[in-house]
Amino acid sequence: MSLRTRYVLFAISATGLTALLLWGLAGLPDFGRFGGSYGVTLNDVAVAQRHATNVVAAIVWDYRALDTMGEELILFASVMATSLLLREAREREADRSEDAVHGETIRAVGLALVGILVVVGLYTVAHGIVTPGGGFQGGVVLASGLIVVYLAGSYRTYRRVGPTALVDFGEGVGVGGYVGIGLAGMAFGAAFLANFLPLGTKGTLASAGTITALNVASGLAVAAAFVLLVMEFLQELMVMRLEEAEK
Amino acid sequence: MIPLQVVTLVLVLLGAVSVVAARDVVRLTLANALYGLLLVVLFLVFQSPDVALSALVVSVVALPLVLVVAIAKGRGG
Repeated sequence: MSLRTRYVLFAISATGLTALLLWGLAGLPDFGRFGGSYGVTLNDVAVAQRHATNVVAAIVWDYRALDTMGEELILFASVMATSLLLREAREREADRSEDAVHGETIRAVGLALVGILVVVGLYTVAHGIVTPGGGFQGGVVLASGLIVVYLAGSYRTYRRVGPTALVDFGEGVGVGGYVGIGLAGMAFGAAFLANFLPLGTKGTLASAGTITALNVASGLAVAAAFVLLVMEFLQELMVMRLEEAEK
Repeated sequence: MIPLQVVTLVLVLLGAVSVVAARDVVRLTLANALYGLLLVVLFLVFQSPDVALSALVVSVVALPLVLVVAIAKGRGG
């Protein structure tokens, strides 16, 4: 296709796209006007019904807990697929590989950062039902704390802090726990993933019934998933270095 | 729309253009992470702290990390 034809094609499609976009924008509701009646209703009733002051958490782990289970399983399936494709037969050898030692400053700052990240991660998971945050966000923060161990330390240390047996187990318990809490609801005569635990006092950490339990299960599953994902990628790098050293 | 929201929207626009304009993959990854951070500010300014936290951990931590490791592997360690 010649450059001229491409320009003509681009001109036609760009004009069409612009026209469609402008037409769509003209039909939007005014800025700041929210037309979702479902959201307004939940805002009014969620705190009284579920004792979770963060309405988003009440939606994610209660009213729409089944959707969240689907998302959890998507993350689980994709991380498992990555592990299947990338897990190396030479895992044990790679675990012994030595990284170049970083400067004192990087190690000191990194070490300080690990503690801060783990505390912020735990805080974000624990307070998910009270303030913005929750298992997903806190889980990734927790995992990034471990990733800083690699960045400031070495792959060897990363693997020692998060060995496969422990992380695999955590991932299984997180995802299985989520489904298990749903089934436990059925055992108590409620619907799947219905809130069957005592709701407690509004605004405290031990409130909102199964929302809190599902939140913690999600946090565990997400943290383990990201630690596993990064481990598989880094392992590729380590095995490549091994092969290069053998040459 | 308050002025802060307008400023954030313009910054996000500039960030998006910088991502498209970046040619080197490492620069592209960094520009993308910075663009992600601008989106986080946007969500915060538009009063969605939950979404802001999710966007923060995904676009500033998880995605750049996976990209950087992939680039490192592509370049032979």
